[in-house]
Amino acid sequence: MIWLTLLIVLVSGPAWAGEARPLGEDPAVEARLKHLAIELRCLVCQNQTLADSNAPLAEDLRREVRDMIVKNMSDKEIIDFLVERYGDFVLYRPPLKATTTLLWVGPFVLLLVGATVLVITLRRRARKVVDAPVTDEEHRRVEQLLAQGGKHS
Amino acid sequence: MNRFLLPLSIFVVVVVFLGVGLTLNPREIPSPLVGKAAPEFSQPQLYDQEKIFSPADLKGKVWLLNFWASWCSGCKTEHPVLMDLAKSGQVPIYGMDYKDEREEALNWLRRWGNPYPVIGVDQAGRVGINYGVYGVPETYVIDKHGVIRYKQIGPLDPGTVETKILPLVKQLESQ
Repeated sequence: MIWLTLLIVLVSGPAWAGEARPLGEDPAVEARLKHLAIELRCLVCQNQTLADSNAPLAEDLRREVRDMIVKNMSDKEIIDFLVERYGDFVLYRPPLKATTTLLWVGPFVLLLVGATVLVITLRRRARKVVDAPVTDEEHRRVEQLLAQGGKHS
Repeated sequence: MNRFLLPLSIFVVVVVFLGVGLTLNPREIPSPLVGKAAPEFSQPQLYDQEKIFSPADLKGKVWLLNFWASWCSGCKTEHPVLMDLAKSGQVPIYGMDYKDEREEALNWLRRWGNPYPVIGVDQAGRVGINYGVYGVPETYVIDKHGVIRYKQIGPLDPGTVETKILPLVKQLESQ
């Protein structure tokens, strides 16, 4: 009986180990891959990151990135490798350079234009209200009318 | 009249921008490789697997490199154009069978014809990545010094061949 128990323990041991985590995948490599892949755009399905996409090209690119991580290349080297081949388009955060100035500065320019228009409009509106002083006589009459109106109704 | 002038002009500008935007193809991503040396590779050939296909063998020639696959529907659309261009003998088109099954690729060529003098095999898609391929078919014009001069994303059509590829090839030949 004791032999049978021992046998069961010995046989099932490796089965538990297999479930714990897939062998051959270094968690540190996978973590770096994930961190890089969410910054990179899939070129086939353009609104997905390399991490989200199941397109064959995305799978290939993830494999390349994983290989480069295993080769101990820096994030910058890996990103440069992809930009050299696919252009800035692979980056979810476009770099600031001559061709992308409008992209980066545009919103602030629009904000400035909007603010200027707002200030001009408000100033113009303020000027339209004419200052019409109420004389003491008129004031007294208004008071009188108001008092009467209260009585009648 | 004056108070409508500003909104109207803003409207016109927006319409022009959107109009131009509609004519652009978001799938066409400008390649940073144009003007740079074509990446080296040495891949087994499709027909004679013992032989190697490498761009180094083509130095001194103007040639086209066409990435295709038997599973790619755009390649079928493009195929008659490549056949005509190959028949005209104006520029050689070398093929790269991209992420394909050998048997299916051979069947495809048997069925539709083979415009390529030599075809390389890129089973893993690594050559494709080095060339920045993201959607087959893609075609590169490579000059005598091995520099990429033009990249066509998607199928070639007779118009593009006439107005872009052939004039460029002629100009590169004369250099």
